[in-house]
Amino acid sequence: MKIAIIGMGSVGRGILEMIDGKDLGLSVTGLADSKSGLMDKDGIHIDEVLAAKRERGYCGDKSLSAIDIVEQADYDILVEVTPTDAKTGEPAMEFMKKAIGRGKNVVTSNKGPIALHYAKLQSLARKHQVGVRYEATVGGAIPVMHTLQHGLAGNRVLAVFGILNGTCNFILTRMAAEGLTYPQALLEAREMGYAEADPTYDVKGIDAAIKLVILSNTIWKRNVKLEDIEITGIDMLTTDALRLAEDQHCTIRLIAEAVPDRGILRVAPQILPKNHPLVVEGTLNALTIETDMAGEITLIGKGAGSKETASAVIGDILFIRDTHARGH
Amino acid sequence: MKLEMKDTPGQLVAALKPISDVGGNIIAVIHQRDEKTDGDVLAVQIVLDLQEQRLGELLALIKGQGVNVVRIGKERLLYKQTVIMIGHIMHTDLGDTVDRIDCTGYAEVTELTMVMPAINEPSSARLVIKAVNKEDMEQALGILRGVAKEKNLLIIEPLEEIG
Repeated sequence: MKIAIIGMGSVGRGILEMIDGKDLGLSVTGLADSKSGLMDKDGIHIDEVLAAKRERGYCGDKSLSAIDIVEQADYDILVEVTPTDAKTGEPAMEFMKKAIGRGKNVVTSNKGPIALHYAKLQSLARKHQVGVRYEATVGGAIPVMHTLQHGLAGNRVLAVFGILNGTCNFILTRMAAEGLTYPQALLEAREMGYAEADPTYDVKGIDAAIKLVILSNTIWKRNVKLEDIEITGIDMLTTDALRLAEDQHCTIRLIAEAVPDRGILRVAPQILPKNHPLVVEGTLNALTIETDMAGEITLIGKGAGSKETASAVIGDILFIRDTHARGH
Repeated sequence: MKLEMKDTPGQLVAALKPISDVGGNIIAVIHQRDEKTDGDVLAVQIVLDLQEQRLGELLALIKGQGVNVVRIGKERLLYKQTVIMIGHIMHTDLGDTVDRIDCTGYAEVTELTMVMPAINEPSSARLVIKAVNKEDMEQALGILRGVAKEKNLLIIEPLEEIG
């Protein structure tokens, strides 16, 4: 199976390293970063490209752009892992539309276009009879989408709620465990590489809300938008508040929650008993799915990281190979 | 309520049956044999949830079974919820914030623990609210959310399980 990878940040490199190190039957025939592109229908030598990227900062031929690879390379699946733009979804959206138009399957880790244009991408994919998968957009390594779409097929999902932002969970864990103030815990998260220089998206609850949009649209297909979500972040939280919760054997976590029957679509800090299954430590993510047949299912796992995201992306690639793609 | 009955088989069941007949919900039955009573009389405490206007009917039914009601204690507000509040709680008139719940008649703030760090820094408080039932609690929390919005306070509520 031939794949083209657009984006060589930590996610793209993670995928390349895993494909290079494991015998998965995947051949990378197209590759692009923000400065250059590369294609070879017989398969790119991954180790050489990774070394080139490390040494000179770009992967291939500077006269080739990402869109050239999308439009011209010989591949079965486009793996779109460029940085996310939550407002426009571009340029990722353009790459995906072009690939689908060529009859190619798409796998992405990019939250922006999936949250903004879910219905559009799905109808386009149906029209061209290809698959669009985005497991890596929610819950990192946790197979949330596979669980919802396949493992729980036939169930009516009544609610989803959980922890979808590892940065916030790390900050809250540290505030509760060490009595750190919010600014101290945020600083620590930055030093550990868990928080961006501008942590607004994480701490204001926007990242979790975007993931809740993706989950809601995957499950209930109601075309939910970011504006429909009631969002409260963790940046107003005090150490005292966590201590007051602690006195009652409880703690505070940022919970993303969708319960359509009760009109609930929100991200907010909530009080949970410390022994609750959703009270996970550090950067872990956790999600409870409530259904009519299976009852409650809670998934816990790593919400971010290069290798962890690669796990979700590769899972999608192999799923497409085993189900969608024919004749290869 | 505390009941006295003969210590013979079937008596406890006879005393409990009328409760369900009047639509009451038994929460606990406490039966202490070591409690000092006269001879073959048994003392039992029952905790139950019942609409107030049906209490008279229940007492008559229990009496009809030959059971003596020794004492009745009433607790109206059975439903309890803890919330945490962050912001300038004191300077936005804490008395008024509490009053807005208390004046409903169906819910009350029964406990308040507050931590005030340096002046001008937000305070944190834990409030225990009690209400008659779940619906009234939801109403009371709705009022509190409104007050919080008005006074720029952050309210953290407990995660409510769906199932």
